[in-house]
Amino acid sequence: MTVDTTTAPVAPASVRQSDPNLAVTFPRVLKSEWIKLRSVRSTVITLLASAAVVVGIGVLAAAVQSGSITPAGGAGGGRGQGFGTDPTGISLAGVQLAQLIVAIVGVMYVTSEYSTGSIRSTLAAVPRRWPVLLAKFVVLGATTFVVQLVAVFIAFFAGQGILGSKGVTLADTGVLPAVIGAAVFLTGTAVLGVALGFLLRSTASGIAVAVAAFFLLPGILGLFSTSVQDNIRPYLPSSAGTSLTSVTHSAEYLNYWPALALLVGYVVVLGGFALVRMVRSDAN
Amino acid sequence: MSMIEVVNLSKRYGDTLAVDALEFTVRPGIVTGFLGPNGAGKSTTMRMIMGLDRPTTGHALVNGRSLAEHRAPMHEVGALLEAKGVHPGRSARDHLLGLAATTGVSAKRVDDVLELVGLTEVARKRAGAFSLGMGQRLGIAGALLGDPAVVMLDEPVNGLDPEGVRWIRYLLQDLAAEGRTVFVSSHLMNEMAVTAEHLIIVGRGKLIADVSLADFTAQSARNSVLVRTDRQADLRTLLLGDGVSITEDGDGSLEVIGFTPREIGERAAAAGIPLHELTPVRASLEDAFMELTGDSVEYHGHSAGEVASHIKHPQSEEQAA
Repeated sequence: MTVDTTTAPVAPASVRQSDPNLAVTFPRVLKSEWIKLRSVRSTVITLLASAAVVVGIGVLAAAVQSGSITPAGGAGGGRGQGFGTDPTGISLAGVQLAQLIVAIVGVMYVTSEYSTGSIRSTLAAVPRRWPVLLAKFVVLGATTFVVQLVAVFIAFFAGQGILGSKGVTLADTGVLPAVIGAAVFLTGTAVLGVALGFLLRSTASGIAVAVAAFFLLPGILGLFSTSVQDNIRPYLPSSAGTSLTSVTHSAEYLNYWPALALLVGYVVVLGGFALVRMVRSDAN
Repeated sequence: MSMIEVVNLSKRYGDTLAVDALEFTVRPGIVTGFLGPNGAGKSTTMRMIMGLDRPTTGHALVNGRSLAEHRAPMHEVGALLEAKGVHPGRSARDHLLGLAATTGVSAKRVDDVLELVGLTEVARKRAGAFSLGMGQRLGIAGALLGDPAVVMLDEPVNGLDPEGVRWIRYLLQDLAAEGRTVFVSSHLMNEMAVTAEHLIIVGRGKLIADVSLADFTAQSARNSVLVRTDRQADLRTLLLGDGVSITEDGDGSLEVIGFTPREIGERAAAAGIPLHELTPVRASLEDAFMELTGDSVEYHGHSAGEVASHIKHPQSEEQAA
């Protein structure tokens, strides 16, 4: 049997006039990503949990420091149990754990789209692709900043209230930048999670890399000689957090503004790689 | 004019050429079926048309441009690529609202398409609880959101009950009647025979046929004749010639192509060969499709009879005989 494989000649397709009211614009993609962020209950709960951790651990640390809570096994009083003695730092102690949680939120905001295949609907709707990545950066970044700004101020005021006369006020030198810096650092961390999500596309590996970057690297660094440690430590992602949340700055870490530049640098470089991978490769 | 143009389109994954220099045009106003066995490259082709997979060679244009060059892509083409391309924790309505927002489609339109696909009652339920059929309906709702000129659906009837299958059929025909370009893939010939007006048939990534359903039906009406006789060898010698093929079926009968039952009967009578049965057999479209794509099916199942005696090509049969 034979089948005719020739086709009738076809007139060249003219380009259809598209409805300008239906044009894809960046604000519209932002709105879309905002709908997607708030419409998955687990994402909302996890973000709020990270804020609760900031407040809860901050209050706990202040209570331990003030002696109103005695940790088990710390019979001699809880002074200086790993939180340092800087009253601002004590009330911001929750940032350490919260950074991992917001990084995971960032990773999953992206990888859940890849694992469920909904990334295909997303990129079919926005085939130029880059607005999707940028919108996720902006939406999760802005949401994290607002939520964490509220959380760090609650943690700070509650913590200083518990510390009483040993506490500080926002008017003291370096205190306000440190408190705001905590929210800025958590924002950067969440956005780095988004970039990791686009780079790795897998929840498991995204979380693994985030844990390694924020928790394991400082420990691994401890295995090296002091001079190596001193040369590398200031530039670790977690060290940017230390610098941004500190009132006074030692030689071991970067100062406030260089640390902020470092964090922005991490976001720009990782975000750039994520963008290239996202735009160039298949959408799977 | 809305259409899909595929030009020299190929996609290579490692050693596998999933799509091999495909070239076809899908025109508006009719339903075009994209037919081929599983693994023929249909889904990959559709993903490349949607700009999701990057072609190894060639390109695909929708309404004259690649999708990324259109200002309002969802107004140009709506696609169902995969059922359940939805976050399981998100409601059907929120999923559609998220898509609609990218291009300024209103919440009212979202509710309208939910109504159209029959998901209004479960619109606020988490999509994770949806059946395959509901997932397909949600995907179709997403495809129709932007009132697109081109509608492209990948295996839309998968997982649908008979009522849903009928619904899709009428929906596709209505969309085409409105002047849209409708491109729908399937591995089921019979489904396409009642839905599509034009067929693009592929196998192993290659174009096998680009043909109207009417022509395909006419050409595949290959009439064979089932003949039963005790003197098979004599009958073969009598009938064999140019354009004639004779296949021995498993049960001792012969399938003859190239003669009418009348011609066979008269020749056999003249030669004094007694016939026990002389039955005209009309091949189904399904058979024609299977024959056309038989070589390109990646994974075969064999019936015992087929393994014993089925010979596909008339030429090789003649040589063997």
